[in-house]
Amino acid sequence: MTLLDASDLRRVYGDSCGDCVELTGDAAGTNQCPDCGAVVACADVSLDVEPGEVLGIVGESGSGKSSVAELLALERATDGQASGDVRLDGHDGNLLDADYETRHRLRNGAVGLVHQHVRDGLNLEFTGGGNVAEKLLAAGWRNYGDVRDRVRDLFAETEVPVERMDDPTETYSGGMQRRVQIARALATDPDVVILDEPTTGLDVSVQARVLDMFRRIQREEDVAAVVVSHDLGVVRLLADRTLVMRHGRVVETGLTDRVMEDPHHEYTQTLINSVI
Amino acid sequence: MTDVLTVEGLTKTFDMHALGDKQVVGLDDVSFTVRRGEFLAIVGESGSGKSSLLKCLYRTYEPTGGSTVYHPADVDLATCDDRTVMAIRDSTLGYASQFLDEIPRVPAIDVVARPLLERGTPAAQARDRARELLDALGLPEELWEAYPATFSGGERQRVNLAQALAPEPELLLLDEPTSALDPETRTAAIELLSESTDAETTVVGVFHDRDVVERVADRVAVLDGGELQRVVPVAEFAAEEEEEVVA
Amino acid sequence: MTDAEPEALEESGAATDESGTEISAVSVADAVDDLSGEGLSGYNYAYLDEHTKREVRRAILKGIAIPGHQVPFASRPMPLARGWGTGGIQASLSLLGPDDAFKVIDQGSDESVNAANVRRLAETTADVETTTDATEADLIQTRHRIPEEVLDEDQILVLQVPITDALRKVDSSDAANRRRHAHANYGKMWVHLYENVVEWGEIQIAARYPAMVAGRYLMDPSPIPRWDVPKLDDADNLFVFAAGREARIYAVPPHTEVEPLAFEDEAFQVERFPDASCHSCGSTDTYLTEIETDEEDRLYVCNDTSFCLKRQDEPDLAKDHHLDREGVDWGPGTPGGPTVEGSAGESADKVATNGGDDA
Repeated sequence: MTLLDASDLRRVYGDSCGDCVELTGDAAGTNQCPDCGAVVACADVSLDVEPGEVLGIVGESGSGKSSVAELLALERATDGQASGDVRLDGHDGNLLDADYETRHRLRNGAVGLVHQHVRDGLNLEFTGGGNVAEKLLAAGWRNYGDVRDRVRDLFAETEVPVERMDDPTETYSGGMQRRVQIARALATDPDVVILDEPTTGLDVSVQARVLDMFRRIQREEDVAAVVVSHDLGVVRLLADRTLVMRHGRVVETGLTDRVMEDPHHEYTQTLINSVI
Repeated sequence: MTDVLTVEGLTKTFDMHALGDKQVVGLDDVSFTVRRGEFLAIVGESGSGKSSLLKCLYRTYEPTGGSTVYHPADVDLATCDDRTVMAIRDSTLGYASQFLDEIPRVPAIDVVARPLLERGTPAAQARDRARELLDALGLPEELWEAYPATFSGGERQRVNLAQALAPEPELLLLDEPTSALDPETRTAAIELLSESTDAETTVVGVFHDRDVVERVADRVAVLDGGELQRVVPVAEFAAEEEEEVVA
Repeated sequence: MTDAEPEALEESGAATDESGTEISAVSVADAVDDLSGEGLSGYNYAYLDEHTKREVRRAILKGIAIPGHQVPFASRPMPLARGWGTGGIQASLSLLGPDDAFKVIDQGSDESVNAANVRRLAETTADVETTTDATEADLIQTRHRIPEEVLDEDQILVLQVPITDALRKVDSSDAANRRRHAHANYGKMWVHLYENVVEWGEIQIAARYPAMVAGRYLMDPSPIPRWDVPKLDDADNLFVFAAGREARIYAVPPHTEVEPLAFEDEAFQVERFPDASCHSCGSTDTYLTEIETDEEDRLYVCNDTSFCLKRQDEPDLAKDHHLDREGVDWGPGTPGGPTVEGSAGESADKVATNGGDDA
């Protein structure tokens, strides 16, 4: 019984001429349409995630993996066009077509997103605890004591010092900010969490800690996850299955160890062979 | 059915795009069965396809031809879908590669306990079992809470082996799990392996050391150039090799 | 400016104003001189032209139809500066008729310069009766207070509003806030409240306390003290909120649910004045203002001066004394209202500066 089922995800920036999808992609070697200049960030992307499963999406810059993450997280497309089908178990219909309020409710309930850039995911002027509390409050929690307890628990889970809970988030280190994002994403016990470059920009020792913490939580809470990263090591560590993307398309799919050790697609082979 | 695995015409060819789409043959038409509770050793020269065989069985490599029917789940591992493989790996199929997959900042004891935790074993119990195994394999206690990244090859192998044995899988695939161990530890490891392989556990292992093979294996499969030469009872294998030496 | 055609000013000087009185004028300068001599008789009734009044009334009707929703209107230039109640005056002048009695208060007092000026403008241009008695007024224009005496279904309270959007505190972008109101997405305000409790140990918002209207729109009740916010809930009268500079009008119709935002375990509280009573009338159930005398003594007096005067004659005068019913719920000091004496033991002003314990 699939938890998350997405098909034909497509995100295009700029005015599309209609042939953009055919003229871009793996075979064409680009995501920019040679005719009209529109950028096909991703197209023809289909994937599914079972409960408790971790799906990795790996690719370099411009591969489209972040666009896919945003679509899966039901983020509002402020420019360009977005289309496709995203279905979540327990909710009717294509969630990409759902109205603002339904998507808002889902983003504060069943789906969590950890943004690549901290400013997109956190309000740095709020306290760290406030950022996490926002999710709970948006989901309708109205008891201050309960909110505080839950925030403390989440801080402990994500290894953020509880004594920093009431400090402004801008005073936190990069690693702590990332962990607060994870705490926030997990606040309402979502069915699936989407991590967009969870370790990028962090010091190596901090990366290890964040990954280990997430692995533990993922296992303990049995929460499904989609991990988007250009770092093969991160995906290897966290993901059961992996998609490889290039020029906005999925070029390979399979069990993570299979993709990493027995890559079939030419690009995947190059990618695997390039790891230092 | 007393067979655990039936391998039929297993073939693995690698398509190396970077080398101008050169085709490299890893395994060619390999067929054999594995009986429940037996210890099947895989031997052969370097590059003969031993590791490839294990990886094909575990589905780390996707076979390009043939079948590998895993009887307890009544499934052809070579061609079944990813989720089925995941379910089998999570329950009854184990694998230990030659080198420990380094997970940063996780102490040895937790590395070993993890497969048990994943299967729902309570934390305390999982750690107890981990301690048992690390102790049996002779890993010094002071290293149990340390990070394997700083361990020697032999120490890492012990953690690796313990991790593979912990969940007591029905079918265990081992790739040179004792290569870096000193003779004493190797003996201990082998003892442990022998003890583990009761009627319920089946082992398919690649071993470099003849000594080890002769001590633990029930049967021996010999690979050469990606092809299976023969599968013989261990006594026969020992005699053959001796004959060769003598001759 | 007026519905009537402008009278032609002839060289000969014979012209009449709308009441038919002859104005002698030979030049524009003379005409203006004459006009100023006759007061504001050159203006339409209640100063504003009929189109403007109609637009304002339509905006008010929309506000009544969608309680708490901010309705834009084309705010006219008025004979006083923005920020001094131009919205309130436009609302009042659009609603007043010659039979109405008009009361104007500023921070509870009828006597402030601003209140007096607004009253005079209405008297002169709308020819209305003015009063300081809240129970006698048909329309009350107020800056930052709601009278202590209960208002009934025949009365309208027009409140002057500086900032119309409660969400401005948490985001300065009007576009983003409009979207939030459209989707009833008030999460950021709740975080603001949370952070407030974290900092002060309790919700420490003195004025402009955010309140949910009819369970749908978040409203800024204008800088009335917390004391007055409960009066908005299920009242008999109409409340009109008008902002001239922001060009917005909103309303709370009679019998509308108005609920100040609060947590289940951090309730909305009104200001506390423990051990304090009005120096003039002895009241302990009215909103008090602190005064420093010339001798540097600190005294408390009722903020609502006209009610205070009544209480000086009759110390136990009920806030609903003028009504046929008893025990009407009208904020603190009335049966249904929040308790006046708090447990923390500090007045609102003091609490704001001291802060509270961390929760």
